[in-house]
Amino acid sequence: MITHLKPNSGAHVGANNSVSRIMWQVMFALMPATAFGLFCFGWPAFNLFVVTLLSALFFEAFCVRLRGKAVKPVIMDGSALLTGWLLAMTLPPWAPWWIGVVGSGLAIILGKQVYGGLGQNLFNPAMLARVALLISFPIEMTTWANVSPIILASSPDFIEGLRITFLGLVNIDASTGATTLGFVKTEFSQNHLLTDILKDNSNFLNLIGWTRGSLGETSSLLLSLGGLWLLQQKVIQWQIPVSLLLTVALLAQVFHGIDSEHYISPLLHLNSGALMCVALFIATDYVTSPNTATGQLVFGASCGLLIFIIRTWGAYPEGAGFAVLLMNSATPLIDHYIKPRIYGRDRKGKPLEIPKS
Amino acid sequence: MLSFFKKLRIRGGVHAEERKAATALPIVNDFPLPKKLYIPLQQHVGKAAEPVIKVGEKVLKGQLLAHSQGLVSAPVHAPSSGIILDVNDYPAPHPSALPIRMIVLETDGKDEWLKTSVAADPFQLDAEEISLRVGAAGIVGLGGATFPTVVKLNMGRENQIDTLIINGAECEPYLCCDDRLMQERAAEIIDGVRLMLHGMGTKSAVVAIENNKPQAFLAMQAAAEPYVQIKVMQIPTRYPMGWDRQLIRYVTGREVPVGCRSSEIGVTIHNVGTAHAVHKAIRHGQPLLSRVVTVAGGAVNRPMNVEVPFGTLISELFAFCEVNTENTARIIMGGPMMGDSLPHSSLPTVKATSGILALTTNELKNTDEQPCIRCASCVSVCPAGLRPLDMANNIRINQLDAAVDLGLKDCISCGCCSYICPSNIPLVQYFKYASGEVMARQQAQHKAEQTKKLIDARNARMERIAQQQREDELARIAAKAERERLKAEQETAA
Repeated sequence: MITHLKPNSGAHVGANNSVSRIMWQVMFALMPATAFGLFCFGWPAFNLFVVTLLSALFFEAFCVRLRGKAVKPVIMDGSALLTGWLLAMTLPPWAPWWIGVVGSGLAIILGKQVYGGLGQNLFNPAMLARVALLISFPIEMTTWANVSPIILASSPDFIEGLRITFLGLVNIDASTGATTLGFVKTEFSQNHLLTDILKDNSNFLNLIGWTRGSLGETSSLLLSLGGLWLLQQKVIQWQIPVSLLLTVALLAQVFHGIDSEHYISPLLHLNSGALMCVALFIATDYVTSPNTATGQLVFGASCGLLIFIIRTWGAYPEGAGFAVLLMNSATPLIDHYIKPRIYGRDRKGKPLEIPKS
Repeated sequence: MLSFFKKLRIRGGVHAEERKAATALPIVNDFPLPKKLYIPLQQHVGKAAEPVIKVGEKVLKGQLLAHSQGLVSAPVHAPSSGIILDVNDYPAPHPSALPIRMIVLETDGKDEWLKTSVAADPFQLDAEEISLRVGAAGIVGLGGATFPTVVKLNMGRENQIDTLIINGAECEPYLCCDDRLMQERAAEIIDGVRLMLHGMGTKSAVVAIENNKPQAFLAMQAAAEPYVQIKVMQIPTRYPMGWDRQLIRYVTGREVPVGCRSSEIGVTIHNVGTAHAVHKAIRHGQPLLSRVVTVAGGAVNRPMNVEVPFGTLISELFAFCEVNTENTARIIMGGPMMGDSLPHSSLPTVKATSGILALTTNELKNTDEQPCIRCASCVSVCPAGLRPLDMANNIRINQLDAAVDLGLKDCISCGCCSYICPSNIPLVQYFKYASGEVMARQQAQHKAEQTKKLIDARNARMERIAQQQREDELARIAAKAERERLKAEQETAA
């Protein structure tokens, strides 16, 4: 007599895939943009990155322990690490250490574990934490370090980096400035025109990420490379990124076409802020996005619309985080109304009629 | 461009690793006749057959052992000659291995045929006569559904069927029995198809073969060459292409409404093995006694496609194929996507047994279940257009009615969702459990309603009787009073 693992029905064989494999694939795709961000912003960014990831792991382990479950398998699924990673990418690179710790705590505890852990959360944990930080600590969250590559002598060395991260930045004005979108917003408020505002702006530098911004969000080029790889690996589907980016670009084109002095161009929209990161890595989060292709198109387009509205007419220069959170809350609604048609039934669920011939 | 639009007709599905190479071998015909055969009386959808033999009786190969009962049923015949040892309950080839009625036949090794007469030219026979003979031969759908073929042929005649589809998809991994059958017995299958067309009064047939079986396609095409009414076509390799409704939509562009049979939209579908069985029944007078079974899996040292008589114990099949029982982590009857696991190998092969797999731990899907991350892979692979993740979530919290509303009853248990799930959630297991539970609840509710009806009826009856008694009593009193009044009147008068 043979002893069995688990006698059951259903597929006895399976695709070679697992939750942790998906998480690691996403982290792998984030690597180029992250590495470039760390290179551009040097040791303080590196410290913040490490602190954020470690504290994400700590909070995850803490919560799992509180729930009385085995810690190791949950940590090994890689989801907490990925959440910490995504959060770190959206933080100002020279932010103090406690921003990373508080952010990770918000993301893991309030963003994920209070709902019941992996797969149960309504909002994207990283975006929730980022928005909560931005509202709670507006100064720290809008202090943008100048690009100061790790190899330059003028950039902070390892010791100086530790001091910036753990003791705070002393000479703020000399080493920080505004992001492109932030600068545009401030200048608009002083009734300047875009031609003046953007005379020093370089689309090329924006594309490769040689500009002030969040730790891992500056390089649209490297982010899109990672995203394309995820698409090719079928980890993410094209619907959300394409509909989101297309909506922003189309709206920007329409308004820029009407008034090119007061509405920034589609290219600048696509190349700046958190747009690429959000479109490819945040909005595509499985847990908080709709699960049908049509639903995903609606979700992506709505995100794009909200991002454009907040960027253009809102008080904040960047609206990606708010837009994603708002649409996260609409996801159950989208899934309720947009569902696939069942074979042999019409869209309302009634059996099809037999065709008369 | 046309092929692009045809691709749109395929919904969902997975490209499961085929693992067919090891078994793509010629059909083995010299399986040693087992000493004992355990022949279940129910090897088909419908009512179990009723035995017509006695214990101790000598039977010949092909002799009727049990006749069919009712409209949807199929008879059972002796797979070899010998003596009936027993008619009793033995473990069924089912995950539960619960006992069902079986006939035990001790073979005498002579394999002596019962003499039968065959029609010289079956195409001169009436269509009804073809159906009768197919029914009498105990032929059922050999693709795995085991629906009695005669019922489908009759439905075909009653409805105007314009297309007969012959399913040669064989989309399950590991299985090669239909592939080899098509390669080696193409002419017989095509003959069976012609006989079926005749039996249904249908004009044309399409043989659909997945494009991972080019040799079977060529063989069938060559065999079908002389007959304009039979078209052989290749279809994309994508599980579950062999699901009848998926195939019907791909081939004809028509969709079978929920709750209808395909014959109602003018299409009937049969398996290639069934066509072969029809050929044998009509041309040679041989009832369905054996079938080609794929024995495969990592624990099988001699994987093969082998023709075995029904009632052969799987353990004997395993001995012949040199299965390493130490390595066997799971025994599966059927394919790895839809097949059921069996608790042990002392169970008989039946008409539904397209394959017996002995899989090692490495081949099996990981059973370490993790939380659902809503990746929606299950939604995109579901050929029926369901949302398995939502159904599973509702079943987990015992909201079975919500699961039914989401389409639980439209699930075909194809296993695509379980196959693709990165969290190793046994979704099909959930759905089968829920379906069984819903049915049990409905039965319990029905029973409660019936009981209530009976009680109400009894109460009403008792009430009626009491009312009647009261009325009778009143009438009696009134009559008595009347009598006494009359008596008093008479007395006064007197």
